Amino acid sequence: MSQKGAIVAGALAPHPPHLVYAENPPQNEPTAECGWEMLRWGYERMRKDLDQLDYDAIVVLSPHWQTYIGNHILGVPQFKSLSVDPIFPNLFRFHYEMDVDVELAEAIHSHAQADQLTTQMMRNPDFRVDYGTIVSCHLTNPQWDKPIVGISSCRATSYYSVEVMQNQARKLGEATRRAIEESGKRVVLLASNSLSHRHFVTEAEIPEDMSKEHIEHHGQYLWDMRIIEMMKKGKSTEILDIMPEFITQAISECDAGALTWMLSAMGLPDYPAEVYAYGTVIGTGNVVASWIPEAQP
Amino acid sequence: MNIVKAFLVPGIPHPLLCPEKNAGWQALRDGFEALSQDLQDSGAELILLYSTMWPSVIGHQIQARPEPEWIHVDELFHDLGSIPYRFKIDADYAKTYKETATQRGLHARCVDYHGFPIDTGSVTALKLLTPNNEIPACIVSSNVYADRAETMVLGKAAIDAAVKSGKKIAVGAVMTLSNRLFTDFIDPKDDRIHSAKDEEWNQKLLQFIEEGRIEDLSQLSREIQRQIRVKKVVNFKPFWWLAAATGQSNAFTGKVHAYAPLYGTGGAVCSFTPTPDGVGTKEFDEDDVEVFRGDRNVLSQGQSQNDTTEEEPVAALKATADEAVRDPNVVKTSKAAAPVGAYPHARRVGDLLYLSGVGPRQAGTNAIPGGPIRDENGQALDYDVTAQTHAVVENIKQILEAAGSSLEKVVDVTAFLVDMDRDFEAYNKAYAELLGHIGPTRTTVEIRALPTPIAVEFKVVALP
Repeated sequence: MSQKGAIVAGALAPHPPHLVYAENPPQNEPTAECGWEMLRWGYERMRKDLDQLDYDAIVVLSPHWQTYIGNHILGVPQFKSLSVDPIFPNLFRFHYEMDVDVELAEAIHSHAQADQLTTQMMRNPDFRVDYGTIVSCHLTNPQWDKPIVGISSCRATSYYSVEVMQNQARKLGEATRRAIEESGKRVVLLASNSLSHRHFVTEAEIPEDMSKEHIEHHGQYLWDMRIIEMMKKGKSTEILDIMPEFITQAISECDAGALTWMLSAMGLPDYPAEVYAYGTVIGTGNVVASWIPEAQP
Repeated sequence: MNIVKAFLVPGIPHPLLCPEKNAGWQALRDGFEALSQDLQDSGAELILLYSTMWPSVIGHQIQARPEPEWIHVDELFHDLGSIPYRFKIDADYAKTYKETATQRGLHARCVDYHGFPIDTGSVTALKLLTPNNEIPACIVSSNVYADRAETMVLGKAAIDAAVKSGKKIAVGAVMTLSNRLFTDFIDPKDDRIHSAKDEEWNQKLLQFIEEGRIEDLSQLSREIQRQIRVKKVVNFKPFWWLAAATGQSNAFTGKVHAYAPLYGTGGAVCSFTPTPDGVGTKEFDEDDVEVFRGDRNVLSQGQSQNDTTEEEPVAALKATADEAVRDPNVVKTSKAAAPVGAYPHARRVGDLLYLSGVGPRQAGTNAIPGGPIRDENGQALDYDVTAQTHAVVENIKQILEAAGSSLEKVVDVTAFLVDMDRDFEAYNKAYAELLGHIGPTRTTVEIRALPTPIAVEFKVVALP
C-alpha cells in the first residue's frame, strides 16, 4: 500500500470476563441473568463511535499473555479454539475464531527489533489465545470481522523497575506506530487493562449479584478518578509521568504496559479522551475510553 | 502415615521438550525418570501437586476433571513445541480436598471443565512423573494473595483429605529454587544459574534438602524469597505448603536426583522419604495455624462461607488431626476440656512445655464453674470470676501432670480477662492463693472476647 497508514483510534478496553459472561453471547458456555451494565453499556457506546471509522485491523496488548522474555506477537493466520479463564472458569468458556494480520504483526516485530527491543513471533498453531485478548476484542468488535494482532505483556516487570518497564512499553508503542504507518493500514489499538487492580478474594454466590460489587478500597477509587480526570483533560504525558506511582499505589494493571504502549503509539494525545464508562468488577476499577484523532477539531 | 513421599520438581518445560539441547536439561530429565520410579516404588496411590505456575485469585482451585485432555503450548516457550496430554485425575480426592480446605476456613473450589488450562508446570511434571498415568494425580493452585497462614492451612487440609481418603499420597511442589529467568533468549549451551549469589543460595537449599529438613526450609521461606526469588511472583510459598502437608517436621531422608540451570533458574528434582530419624524437631519462629480466619468473608459479612455450623468443621478437624499427628511432643489429655480448635493441650519444644490457652470449662461436660458470662442470645449474665480462676488453674494442673510436669514447674503466665475493671481484684486474689507461692512471671491483659462464654483464660509456659 502506498498510502500512509494510521492509528484511527486507541481504546482502553478492559478485559474482565464477567462482561462477556453478562452479555450471553452464543460463543460463551455459561449464561448470566445480567450484570455490570455500566461497563457493558459503555462498550456499546464505544462500538458506535468505532463503527463510524473505517479500519482494517485491531492491535491489542494483553496483560494475560504473559511472557518473561520480551514481547511476543501472534503470527499464525487463524485461530479456532476454546478459551477457559483460569481464574473464573465458571464464567468464561468461550469458543473463539479469529483471523490474525500476520503481515502487520511481522512489521511490528521488525520495527521493535530494529529498536533493540526483545520480541518474538508466536508461530505455534496449537497456541491458545489468552482470554484478555479475546474479551477486549469481543467487546470492541463482537462481529469478529477484523483481523487481530495480539501482543503479549512482557512480565520482566518482576525483574526491572516499573520505570524501566514503562520505558520499554513506550518504545514498543513507537515501533508499533511506525509499523502501522508503513503498512498503509488503518488500525485501532486496544489497551486491554483495568486501572486499579486489587481483586476481591471471594466471589458472590451469584457472580452477577450487583449488590456485592464495589471498589475494593476507596484509595483505589481516588486513584482511578485522578487518572480518568487526566484522560478527560488530554494529559497523556502527565499520565505517563505519574504512571509508576499509580501502578505502585493502586496495584494497577497498567503495570502490563498496555496503556503506556497505546498512548505512546498515538503520540501522547493532548486532546480529551472520550470516557464511556467507569465501573468495578470484583473490586477492580475499569474504564472504557477512546482517543479518536479524526474526531478532533 | 498417609504421606509416603514428598518431592519438588521444576515446571519449565525444557527437560520435557528438548533435553538433548543441554546436558543439564538432560540431567533433569534423567532426574525426573529416577523420581518417577521412586514414586512407583513408594506405593503412592496418588500424586498431589501444588503448582507455583497455576496462580489463583479467588481462593484455591483444585483440578477435579477425571480425564482432562488438551494440546498444551507454553505461553513463553511456544517455539519448543506442543504438549498433547491426557491425565488421570483422582476426582474423589479433589472433592474431599475441597471439603477439608473449606472446613479449615479456606475458600476452595473444584474445577471440572473441558479445556481448563492446566499450567505448563503441572503438565511437565505429570508427563514426566507418570507418563502412562500409572499413578492418578490431583493439582492445587497457588493463590496469589495467600501468605503463610493460608498456605499452611491449605497444606494441612491436604493431610486431612489424605486421611479421609485412606490413600497413600506423594505430595510435590512444582517450583524452581532460585527463579530468576534470563530476560533475553539464550543459546541452550550458554545456560547457567542467573548469578553467583543465586547459585550459593541454591547450594544451601540443596544441603537442607539432602538432610531432609522440610520444616526448616519452611521456616526459612521468607529469607529465601528475599535472597533468590523474583518478587511479585508467588513468594517462596511451596515449602510452607509442603511442610504443612507432610506434618511439619524434619524427619525425612532427602535425595537430590538432579540439579541444573533452567534458563537461569535453579532446576532441582528432589524427593523426601519419611524416616523415624531426622535432624531435630521443629522450632517455630512464627505461629502455627490450624484454621484460616483471614479476609475470605468480605462479600458476605456475618455469614459463614460454609454450609456447616461452627462446631462441625472443628470436630472434623480434630478427628483428622488426631489421626495424622503422632508426635510424642504433643500433649493431649481427656482430663481437661477439649480444645475448641485443632490444637493440642500442650507441646514440648526443647526444654520447655508450652500450653495452649486454658479456660475454666470442665472436661467432658464443658460446664463453666462460676457460670457463663453470657447466655445463648448474647445477653450478659452474672458470674463468679473467682470460681472460674480456680477452675482454670485446676485444668492447667491436669494438663501439666498429663505431660509429666506439675503446677510447681510453671515459669510464666499470661492471663486474659474480658473485663479488667470488674474482675481484676477477685482474679488477682485467687491467683495469689493458687500460684503466688510458686512465683511464675505474669502478665495480665484485657481482651474483648474469648471463644467460649468465659471471663478468664491463662497461657502458660512450664518446665517439663
